[in-house]
Amino acid sequence: MKNYLRAVGAVIWKDFRSEWRSRESLSAMLVFALLVILIFNFALELDIEARTSLSAGVLWTTFIFAGTIGLNRSLAVEKDRGCLDGLLLAPVDRTVIYFGKAVGNLLFMLVVEAIVLPVFTFLYGFNVFQPGFLVVVLLGSVGYTAVGTLLATMVVQARTRDILLPILLFPLTLPVVIAAVKASQGFFQGLPLEEFSVWLNILVGYDLIFIAVAFMVFDYVLED
Amino acid sequence: MIQVKKLVKRFGPLTVLRELDFKVSPGEFVALLGPNGAGKTTLLRILATLSRPTSGLVRVASFQLPQAGPELRAHLGVVSHQPLLYGDLTAEENLIFFGKLFSIRRKRIQEVLELVGLAERSQDLVRIYSRGMQQRLAIGRAILHNPRILLLDEPHTGLDQEAGEILDRVLKDVALEGRTVVMTSHDLVRAANLASRVDLLSRGKIAASTPARDLSSSDLVDFYRTALRGGERA
Repeated sequence: MKNYLRAVGAVIWKDFRSEWRSRESLSAMLVFALLVILIFNFALELDIEARTSLSAGVLWTTFIFAGTIGLNRSLAVEKDRGCLDGLLLAPVDRTVIYFGKAVGNLLFMLVVEAIVLPVFTFLYGFNVFQPGFLVVVLLGSVGYTAVGTLLATMVVQARTRDILLPILLFPLTLPVVIAAVKASQGFFQGLPLEEFSVWLNILVGYDLIFIAVAFMVFDYVLED
Repeated sequence: MIQVKKLVKRFGPLTVLRELDFKVSPGEFVALLGPNGAGKTTLLRILATLSRPTSGLVRVASFQLPQAGPELRAHLGVVSHQPLLYGDLTAEENLIFFGKLFSIRRKRIQEVLELVGLAERSQDLVRIYSRGMQQRLAIGRAILHNPRILLLDEPHTGLDQEAGEILDRVLKDVALEGRTVVMTSHDLVRAANLASRVDLLSRGKIAASTPARDLSSSDLVDFYRTALRGGERA
């Protein structure tokens, strides 16, 4: 178990070290996310009521689009110089690669969210710094990156991987996006927790199921 | 050390390896020659656990494939025509990363950098390395954990004469340490100089096999052409 965690840590360390040098993924995700938030703000010119009901959708649309850029880039880097084979040759269980990449992707997404959320608060006027809402952001991001990393690995061999990933990913992550939007709306509207706790339960269930599925099928996804 | 019997590998309707038999003894250096599409890379990928056989028996270092996983990979070193290295990491960081996956001590990383002649450039990013330097570092990555078996897939691809000679010296040093080596190549003379045995793969089967020391350059070309014609007829 110690070796397993050390290997997962090594994959995360490698991704962060590479990203620190190139700044390709994070800068692209961040610029894209800020632009989407800004465009929605000016394009919709929402009144107070419409703003309350739509803002959660705008926020999660921003997160998942930015997340897709990061997912595509994260696995493309492994493929481009044959590095994925280098990882597969390591004497560790291959789910190490999945968890290392998934945690790395999650951390990149959380960094982007941490920068986008204050801007969202400023533009849309919602206080997002509520512990409950931040848990929703974490659970939604975990679900999205858990499925996204698995699918990004599946399509990385394809020439059309940039197009293929969103086509496969968006339908599969629909439950997590709907649940995250509904739960976020609950917090934005100041509803009592019991009125929307079902969406939080769905988020937790989705995360657990897809992490387990990824753990079971990842080895087969890597086969040629 | 390596035993392959009646190995078949299919990709959809395409059969790449056809009941292939292949054997390598401990300490042997085998050069695997053959035209493009003969199945050399596919065979090496199966031996390296990167691809599953469709059918047949494959045994490497007493582990049976495809069941063997991490235990077998601890004994394998693989060099491909791609470097399998991260361009945005330095040479040392690349080896530290792979060292962590293989549970290797830091001291060994310095030894390997010196062995492949890159100790002085270890803090440079790999993306600014020449092709020859990248390939030497790739060999360093492959031998980091002192593997008993080395699988080399066209390691000389894209190298100029000088870089090729440096790589040959490194490969000879590595082979002299008693490792079992299987190397695919298109360079008949270079492969025969390095190897102790030359096998020719044609249409998914071993068409001929001969000790390398028995061959002069002209013999080698004759051997290659004759074996290839035989393979095509079969």
